[in-house]
Amino acid sequence: MNRYKINFLLIVLSILTVVSCSGPSKSGEETKSMEVNIYTQRHYDADKKAFEMFTEKTGIKINVVKAGADELINKLELEGDASPADLFFTVDAGKLYRAKEKGLLQKLDGALSADVPENLRDEDGFWQGVTYRARVIAYSKDVVTPDQLSTYEDLADPRWNGKIAIRSSSSAYNQSLLASIINATDEETAKSWAAGIVANMAREPQGGDRDQIKAMASGVGEVSIVNTYYVGLLLNSSNPEEVKAGESVGIFFPNQEGRGTHVNVSGIGITKNAPNKENAIKLIEFLLSEEVQSFFANNSYEYPANSKVAPAETVAAWGDFKKDNLLFSKVAEHNNTAVKIFDEVGWK
Amino acid sequence: MKKFNVWSFHISWIVLVIGIPILIIFSELFKTPSDTWQHIYETLLADYVVNTIFLVLGVSILTLVFGVSSAWIIATTNLPFKRAFEWLLIIPIAIPSYINGIAYAGLLDYAGPIRTFLRSINSDNYYFDIANAWGVIFVMSSVLFPYVYITARSAFINQSGRLLEASRSLGSSSFRSFYKIALPIARPAIVSGLMLVIMEVLNDYGTVKYYGVTTFTTGIFRSWLSMGDLQSAVYLSSMLMGVVFLSIMIERLQRGKAKYESKSKTELNLRNDTGLKLWLKVGICLVPIILGFIIPLLQLLYWAFFSIEKIITSEFINFGINSFLLAGGAAVIIVSISVLLNYSTRIQQSKFWTGISKISILGYSVPGAVIAVGIMVIIIGIDRSLISWLENSFDIKIKLLITGSIGALLYAYLVRYFAVGFGPIEAGFKKIPLSLNQAASSLGSGPLKNLFKINLPLLKTSILSALILVFVDVMKELPLTLILRPFNFETLATIAFQYANDEMAPESAPASLLIILIGMIPVILLNRLMASDETSS
Repeated sequence: MNRYKINFLLIVLSILTVVSCSGPSKSGEETKSMEVNIYTQRHYDADKKAFEMFTEKTGIKINVVKAGADELINKLELEGDASPADLFFTVDAGKLYRAKEKGLLQKLDGALSADVPENLRDEDGFWQGVTYRARVIAYSKDVVTPDQLSTYEDLADPRWNGKIAIRSSSSAYNQSLLASIINATDEETAKSWAAGIVANMAREPQGGDRDQIKAMASGVGEVSIVNTYYVGLLLNSSNPEEVKAGESVGIFFPNQEGRGTHVNVSGIGITKNAPNKENAIKLIEFLLSEEVQSFFANNSYEYPANSKVAPAETVAAWGDFKKDNLLFSKVAEHNNTAVKIFDEVGWK
Repeated sequence: MKKFNVWSFHISWIVLVIGIPILIIFSELFKTPSDTWQHIYETLLADYVVNTIFLVLGVSILTLVFGVSSAWIIATTNLPFKRAFEWLLIIPIAIPSYINGIAYAGLLDYAGPIRTFLRSINSDNYYFDIANAWGVIFVMSSVLFPYVYITARSAFINQSGRLLEASRSLGSSSFRSFYKIALPIARPAIVSGLMLVIMEVLNDYGTVKYYGVTTFTTGIFRSWLSMGDLQSAVYLSSMLMGVVFLSIMIERLQRGKAKYESKSKTELNLRNDTGLKLWLKVGICLVPIILGFIIPLLQLLYWAFFSIEKIITSEFINFGINSFLLAGGAAVIIVSISVLLNYSTRIQQSKFWTGISKISILGYSVPGAVIAVGIMVIIIGIDRSLISWLENSFDIKIKLLITGSIGALLYAYLVRYFAVGFGPIEAGFKKIPLSLNQAASSLGSGPLKNLFKINLPLLKTSILSALILVFVDVMKELPLTLILRPFNFETLATIAFQYANDEMAPESAPASLLIILIGMIPVILLNRLMASDETSS
């Protein structure tokens, strides 16, 4: 019996030693922290390389957890003030808005870059855009000419019957597009638009944005609504046949006469209790610097948020366009209504 | 209910440790649902339920056809290259369903090899759409049938030898012996395999999302990811669990008191078919292998050809090692605890405790991302109370210790994949006659000695099957690994997913191929052990 007691005591003691040793050194109030922890939904090779560039330049180590935005939000919520995360980085402003509403972010203040236009950041300064994509109309060059295209709204016209290839309404990109239409018009108009698109679909929604373009290359559908990013990926694919599919479509920026083309933002914010706030600010500044912005532009086919930096050649070739400058909070506000409309009109 | 003893204690702690995250999810069933739930209930639920039932039925039928027919042939006939057939029929489970889905879609799409070839000879005017409910049934069945194959084969070999010999000597035809004798005897084993298949269908999100088929799981993620309402998502998940629990119980009741215990194992004389009959049998075994392994493998190789230079880096070895160690660790933990739990309920011989033990397998029936929510509540909860306890009592400041550790990940796998280990072990115990333990006990052997000296040796095949299944399943696990992993930690599955999710199928292929390759190692090794065990005993 005695031996067990001694063993037990030893275990307890060793745990406490480990704990007390790791405790103070890790809390790092006295010593300057040389790391920064980031929860990100973006899982691109370009991000990884940009993080490596940061470490090389500053000596600050970046620790990354990559998972879905909503899962990360849930994790941040549960961890509360004990969370190790300093930064939350994700595609789609709706998720950033969700994190902000749940009180998981803090104001960026000093970290806000003057080079990022106001319409690419949170209006209260809780996060700011790093890159963005335009949600454009892709059309099959064989059968459609650009002068037949004008607006998102026009695609609901019966003359496009059986000609639209588009992905599921579970895509956040489609949701925020519909939210932007609700914002520009009203729920009824938005609903009849969604119903019109459903009626015009060439097939039931399936696959991702790239798959719509490949479907059009196969003669299924003549127009599609896709993100520029995926067209860029397709055009630069390692498979020559995918490149061919990408080349078979043209890009059209809709609503140029009116409110502008809908865009999606990737944004970053500092968490409420960031233990390494200083480093977090440094990383944001780094990501928005001209050097890294042009790296992003050329490696991920996204538009750089920094207005001083030009997009990649592939992307620039599509031309300049007018962005829909609605407030991101409005998109987020209408998101659930958009989802309900999709369900009601049977957009799967 | 029997009195509380050491065995009910074991059942209690195991069910508690595994069951708490499940019960956290389940408890949502008794809360008032939110607006989102109302919306889903009114507009979508009927559709979701119908689609889900359709998929469950379709996949069940197809996996039974593939799994049982091949298992029967392997168990009763001498085939050429039989050893190879044995493991080739298992290996398709190493391919994640959603990767298989992407592979088939890619095979048939514009940039795929078939269409590219047709274009090169100027005859491409064909468009075959696999992205529908039938496609999902096909794609899932072709990689899930091994669950049925493994359990059915081991049941056919171990249980029915003597009876089948008897029925043969009485002039019964092969099909009649199969239908009248082997199938009823193997039913519990086949059902336990089928149960895993059904739960896989219910928890799948990747394949159905890509193919645009809306199921119950779509509803779960629609409320959470699209509408930001985690509570409704958990509510829907708890309904799903309830249905699974009920069907497990109904199956048990329906099976009733019928018990088949084979007192001794008689080696079945293998048939030596020739000619057409032999080739027909070879063909029946080849079909699922071609559909679930060869075709997706070729498509992945085709993709890897474009991307391998860009993707394979020295880090890949580390990702492989991470995957291997996690899967191996989880397999050993899960199988050990499964044996203990099953042995305890067996000694306990009580309906109450057997029913309780079934709670532990429910973690497999709902999407991993939802189970992760329950698990995080526990892990982070313990972590945070540890923090405040140490701070208040000892003024020691620490950070989250368990959260983001490998231990947390292994615990999550335990909760999630317990069913996968439990099934084969449970079926294995059913094959051991109770009288054997009783005889040993009457000779003064204690329950522990019984376990090690009698039950474990007899369970060898089941333990090996369970190890293979858990190992391969954890290798391809995604949602739990994504959210619970330590900082800067990658597995092959997370790498494959990161590209597949970004619609970069060629880039995801090398990691998928490596998952299959590493999955093959234990499958071949353990299959060899199983085979030698089957012939030696």
